[in-house]
Amino acid sequence: MTITINHYLIVSLLLFGIGFFGVLVRRNVLTVLMSIELMLNAVNLNLVAFSRRLSDLTGQVFSVFVITIAAGEAAIGLALTISLFRQKRTLNVEEADTMRG
Amino acid sequence: MRHYIWLIPLVPLAGFLINGLLYLVSHRTKGQAAHGDEEDGHGEAHAVPPVAGSHDTVHGHAAHVHIPFKSVHTAVGVGSVGIACLLAFGAIFDIGLKAFAAGASHSETLYRWFSLGVNQAVGQVPGPLKEWVVDVAFRLDALSALMLAFVTFVGFLIHVYSVGYMGHEEGYGRYFAYLNLFMFAMLVLVLGANFLMLFVGWEGVGLCSYLLIGYYYERNYAADAGKKAFVVNRIGDFGFILGIFAVFSLFGTLDFEKVFGAAAADPSSYAPYMTLVCLLLFVGACGKSAQFPLYVWLPDAMAGPTPVSALIHAATMVTAGVYMVARCNVFFRLAPEAMMVVAVVGAFTALFAATIGVAQNDIKKVLAYSTVSQLGYMFLACGVGAFTEGMFHVTTHSFFKACLFLGSGSVIHALAGEQDIRRMGGLASKIPTTYRTFLIATLTISGVPFLAAFFSKDAIKAAVYHAEFAPIPWLPKVLYAVALFTAGLTAFYMFRLLALTFWGHFRGGTEAEKDIHESPKTMTIPLIVLAFLSVVSGYVGVPILEGGNKIGEFLKPLRMPIAGRQEAAHHAPISVELALMGAAVAVAAVGIYLAWSWYAKGEGRVPALLVQRWPGVYRAVENKYFVDEAYDKVFVRGLALGGGNLLWEVDATVVDLIPNGAAAVTKGFSWVASFFDQYVVDGLVNGLADTLAALCGVFRKAQTGRVQNYALVMGGGLFCLVAVYLLFR
Repeated sequence: MTITINHYLIVSLLLFGIGFFGVLVRRNVLTVLMSIELMLNAVNLNLVAFSRRLSDLTGQVFSVFVITIAAGEAAIGLALTISLFRQKRTLNVEEADTMRG
Repeated sequence: MRHYIWLIPLVPLAGFLINGLLYLVSHRTKGQAAHGDEEDGHGEAHAVPPVAGSHDTVHGHAAHVHIPFKSVHTAVGVGSVGIACLLAFGAIFDIGLKAFAAGASHSETLYRWFSLGVNQAVGQVPGPLKEWVVDVAFRLDALSALMLAFVTFVGFLIHVYSVGYMGHEEGYGRYFAYLNLFMFAMLVLVLGANFLMLFVGWEGVGLCSYLLIGYYYERNYAADAGKKAFVVNRIGDFGFILGIFAVFSLFGTLDFEKVFGAAAADPSSYAPYMTLVCLLLFVGACGKSAQFPLYVWLPDAMAGPTPVSALIHAATMVTAGVYMVARCNVFFRLAPEAMMVVAVVGAFTALFAATIGVAQNDIKKVLAYSTVSQLGYMFLACGVGAFTEGMFHVTTHSFFKACLFLGSGSVIHALAGEQDIRRMGGLASKIPTTYRTFLIATLTISGVPFLAAFFSKDAIKAAVYHAEFAPIPWLPKVLYAVALFTAGLTAFYMFRLLALTFWGHFRGGTEAEKDIHESPKTMTIPLIVLAFLSVVSGYVGVPILEGGNKIGEFLKPLRMPIAGRQEAAHHAPISVELALMGAAVAVAAVGIYLAWSWYAKGEGRVPALLVQRWPGVYRAVENKYFVDEAYDKVFVRGLALGGGNLLWEVDATVVDLIPNGAAAVTKGFSWVASFFDQYVVDGLVNGLADTLAALCGVFRKAQTGRVQNYALVMGGGLFCLVAVYLLFR
């Protein structure tokens, strides 16, 4: 069986779906963050797959950028997590609803 | 060399950074070590310097303070200014004095500071130069070359002097850092090629002045004096910046060359605005150069260390106002009314400050009022259109006044901080070098023939005498009389100072007499150099002789010719020139003779009699005509408390009569109105509000504050969009 771009896209879709699902339903901030990473990596996979298919390196370069930004995002996310924990003594995102209307 | 003029200010800036950082670093480590075994272990980075000595500094004996990195501070502080000085002279001689006199100038643009879009002309303002850009650019022409030369050179001498004078101070590094920062700002001011660069330097020197006046910040009077200088200067700067705005909106650019070129080329369309612009700029000059009524900060600024008084508050910074007015001479020549204001304010300040100087007993205060008075002279010169003569006096003044201030510093150093001339006397034989240089500088400022100020003051007085004011023809003669009388007063109070300080016998007690010592070489050598310069610097501006007025020739490009105007330089007959000179010499001689016979020969009996005869006059003069008190009453306290009370009284008695009457009438109407309001209007308003609140409740519920809900909505929205796209494409 040859691996076509569809296979990559399906894996990517599954990863993204799992990630998105995690973001929506998990209560622990850490898990939410990890889910976001999953989504980002799904996007990366997508980018690289299309890059290969279209023989255009832009997609790969772009995915390197996404990885870099993801590192920054993780750092800020963890910093926010720590500061949330200090404020609320919990990592439950549902507790952090002070912006409620 | 000329391409490196931008380095001239930057070298002292580097010096400031090195000195400042080193001081911070060394001070922190030292502070922790010192506080370790002390009781008051507050771990602040700035340890408080030792407080001793009645006024100025801890001097001479005993005070052996350990100063970390002292040699580095000295090398960087003095060296950076020395390099700047060499670069400055290199650049000046690279272009050449002859070329400057012929109108040569050199500009270096470092980069574009900002641009405000293109051709957005404001209203009907004339002018083709709507650039709306400001560059960071330096410019060297005749005027800035003159300023540059003496600012760097006198600055260098005073840095050298400070090595000796501040040698026992714990804040040595801080002092040199501030002084270098000052040099940076002053050089930006002098070299700036547009109004905004000038303003940057202007504010920079103001900041450094504040920092250095408050150098002894642990003493209240020094901290207060710093604040006073800062606040009073802000009043001036307010006018100055409004003036800059006016120039910007008139010309669309701030570049000196373009602005003045445009104004000179098309005087008729700009002249109507120039009175306002010039008066605003002059307000700024009044603040920085201590002119009435904004002079009050300068005498108080003497709370700073004496070399600072010499450098900032006598030789360089306070002349920035004169420099600015001379720089803008094209504007001022288009606004005769503004010129008249400048001349009158200058003459009045000269006389006013000189009379105060007669009755001061603090050696530095006398010199401070003398500075205010001499600055008045310079503005008087600018006001009658004698800009080159004004700049000539700026130059000679910077030499002899720096010499006087440094001499007074040497006296204070010798007497371990004593500043009251009533407790001095007979110092001539004890500190001979200081005495000789101080004597030369005093002779110079008094206008003794063939010394520097004789030529520069004479040039100003001659220009005032020959000036013409169309609206008030007798005004120049009055101004001339004021200038002449002030010259006499100057000679009188300076010789009074000299007599009380150096002649007679010592009045400070035998205890203090033993410790009097001459200052170290680093202090006396600058004194000697400055004394030499205050003798010879006048010879660049010899009047009468053919080709004698070299400085006038040198600064000729300053006077840009205005289109359609013939400004013939009138040559007065030599007999008139000689008569004016004779009058000046005679007045100076009278002043010197009176001071000598009253204070040296008569041992102060005549003044004592005068004080007895007119105690009120003396009290007024001694207390500086109570101007400070009046300002305090009117502006400080008046606005804060009195003004409020007064307004409240007026309000309660007069103004309230009307509302009380009106109130009764209104009450009747208001009952009717309130009925209508309560039931009709409120019904509408509340009804509307309730409706809205009910509607809002729905949307409010959507704002759950939970990120995941938002994410779900986003995801759902995206899904819907994509679905719609896929279905209906």
